[in-house]
Amino acid sequence: MSLSVIYALLFYAATLVLVIGVARKIAIYSKTPQPLKIPTTPAPLTTSGVVWRMAKEVAVFQSLFKSNKWIWLFGWLFHVALALVLMRHLRYVTEPVWFWVNWVQPFGKYAGFAMLAGLGGLWLRRIVVDRVRYISSPSDHLMLLLLMAIAVSGLAMKYVDHTDIVALKGFMLGLMYFDWQPLPGNPLLITHLSLVLLLMFIFPISKLLHAPGLFFSPTRNQTDNPREVRHVAGWSAK
Amino acid sequence: MADFQTPEIREYPLIPHIKPGAMAHSKPYLAKPDHQASVGFPGELVENWHDVAVAKLGELVSKSRALQVFLDICVKCGACTDKCHYYLGTEDPNNMPVARQDLLRGVYRRHFTFAGKYFPKLVGAIDFTEEVRDQWYSYFHQCSQCRRCSVFCPYGIDTAEISMAGREVLDAIGVGQKYCNEILGKVHKVGNNLGLPGPALIDTLEGLEEDVKEDTGVDVRFPVNQKGAEVLLITPSADFFAEPHIDGLIGYGKVFHQAGISWTVSSYASEAANFSMFIGSHDNLKRTAMRIREAALELGVKRIVVGECGHAWRVAYSFWNTLIGPFDFLDPKYPAPQHICELTYDLLKRGALKIDKEANDHRRITFHDSCNVARASRMGNMPGGQFIIPREILKTVANNFFDMAPETIHENTFCCGGGGGLLTDDLMELRVKGAMPRMQALKQVVDDNDVNTLVAICAICKTQFAKTLPYYKHSMNMITSLHHVVGDAIVLGGKD
Ligand code: SF4
Ligand code: SF4
Repeated sequence: MSLSVIYALLFYAATLVLVIGVARKIAIYSKTPQPLKIPTTPAPLTTSGVVWRMAKEVAVFQSLFKSNKWIWLFGWLFHVALALVLMRHLRYVTEPVWFWVNWVQPFGKYAGFAMLAGLGGLWLRRIVVDRVRYISSPSDHLMLLLLMAIAVSGLAMKYVDHTDIVALKGFMLGLMYFDWQPLPGNPLLITHLSLVLLLMFIFPISKLLHAPGLFFSPTRNQTDNPREVRHVAGWSAK
Repeated sequence: MADFQTPEIREYPLIPHIKPGAMAHSKPYLAKPDHQASVGFPGELVENWHDVAVAKLGELVSKSRALQVFLDICVKCGACTDKCHYYLGTEDPNNMPVARQDLLRGVYRRHFTFAGKYFPKLVGAIDFTEEVRDQWYSYFHQCSQCRRCSVFCPYGIDTAEISMAGREVLDAIGVGQKYCNEILGKVHKVGNNLGLPGPALIDTLEGLEEDVKEDTGVDVRFPVNQKGAEVLLITPSADFFAEPHIDGLIGYGKVFHQAGISWTVSSYASEAANFSMFIGSHDNLKRTAMRIREAALELGVKRIVVGECGHAWRVAYSFWNTLIGPFDFLDPKYPAPQHICELTYDLLKRGALKIDKEANDHRRITFHDSCNVARASRMGNMPGGQFIIPREILKTVANNFFDMAPETIHENTFCCGGGGGLLTDDLMELRVKGAMPRMQALKQVVDDNDVNTLVAICAICKTQFAKTLPYYKHSMNMITSLHHVVGDAIVLGGKD
């Protein structure tokens, strides 16, 4: 089997694992009842208030900012940069390229470095601060290393050893329209793609579940109205 | 005083370096078989404890979205590591909230997740060995379930939920904690934590009426089981007995008296506290709360008012409607349940109480926000009312009020060190060390503002401070009830 076929199949498998795995987790989170009201107060009294609280958590990491400025800085930098980089990558799977993806393009280029800086900062803390070192498992270090390796291999293709972007885009579009095209054999590209595949495979069984999980956290997503509205669910409904 | 060192109060708060195992020896007394039986748990360690524990853990997770989500999504960012008063006071890394969670998360991963089943070392999954069981018993009883960590976690992960689950698993295999389970047994049997039977309660309150009459010359009533009263007062039983709690009860009595509100306590439901929450036991939680609904119906009251108690207010405010509601038999004009501070605040705002502020001029006051009021409930009709209302009351009835440092009050408040079912003498070392961050903030207002009065609205906080203040070279009389200060300022008798 050729390299192109192997990677095509791997991409399909990884996408299935990612989508089904995360969907399964979301299904479990939503169908598990939360029998009691446990919002961390002060909490919003209304649903729109909760949406606003959540929006602030997602967009600016409000609680983390209150908690620890260094972790906030590195963590927020990484996530915003990652978002930009992901948006920039849409150009490899859209034809014609969506107009706003072109707007992101100039930022996206530097975002790779910002991502690396954020990850580096987080890893440094994990090693240097004794409290954080104590709570880290091997997987916590490896996750950061994996993300850094993805960033480095991506940046290297941009700045060190250009790969055939047109051919890569042909491969990606071919995957989407089930009209397989050859994958350029550039070693940096193969490394980059392999690491991304690995990330997709482990997403649903790792702490990366914090992304969908945050929205289900009862301490953050419940309204503070237990006296006004009788809440029952699960065992408390019996 | 004891064979441990009271932590030193430094000039500035400092995040300590970790001292692994520093508190591994801390363990509360085990519940005896009859304590266990009274709350429906096996009397001693069951034979197949490993399997029972794992099964129980799986069951708990499947019934709680909080557990399901919290056990998955912690990213080990470390933001919570310096937020727990027990870590700051003991320096034991297992008292960092995330490390405490990991004691349970590790076992959960080992048995219920793909990564933990096949790559345990990689993801920190652990087996539920005897050693781990001991660690659970030790460190889940070093968490006061104060929820400070959950304020600071980017996902709101609440270690209180974890330690409640941990204690419930331990109870299910027969390893219960004496303090909580013995007390719960008393509530079930007698109606209050102290095990004070009805006739004794009536006696005590009659005595109190005489004392107040002697002091003030006014007939302030403290009624028991009075059918048709407007208000049923549900208050921690400590209020019936000990200083400084009883001064608060006198204050409630004066408020009701002056406002002309008829009220009563119930000898059947003579306890606001509900320790079932501490051990995570739903059956006990509901059973304990149900007495209150029964008493309210039996006495035909129109309102239920809850006295000064932190976790009791959480149970009342957040859980009662779920567990023993709906309260459609009460007067819809008032929140059900209502906190005594909400009631007093409304009366003060309406000018219904005559106040002599100068009566409190000898006091220089600061206010300790109790965890469960601050981070697990509310007062009034806006978020944060639980911070505003007690302070507004204090400023209305006294002239000298000073807040402690902002990072130690409101939702950032530090636990007194004795909450969550840890208020027992066999955990004295933990309690003294856990009080350190609060004592640090207190020292600052004592030094800067000559504060001489620490006001709290929680029976556990009051008892804990009375015991631990002397370790930090303060007088135990410094701590008092909010309604003690209110009561001292109320001018009894006719209104002008
Ligand atoms: S702050 Fe939350 S996510 Fe971060 S380590 Fe603590 S519990 Fe985990
Ligand atoms: S709930 Fe309170 S006592 Fe328990 S780990 Fe969190 S901060 Fe510490």
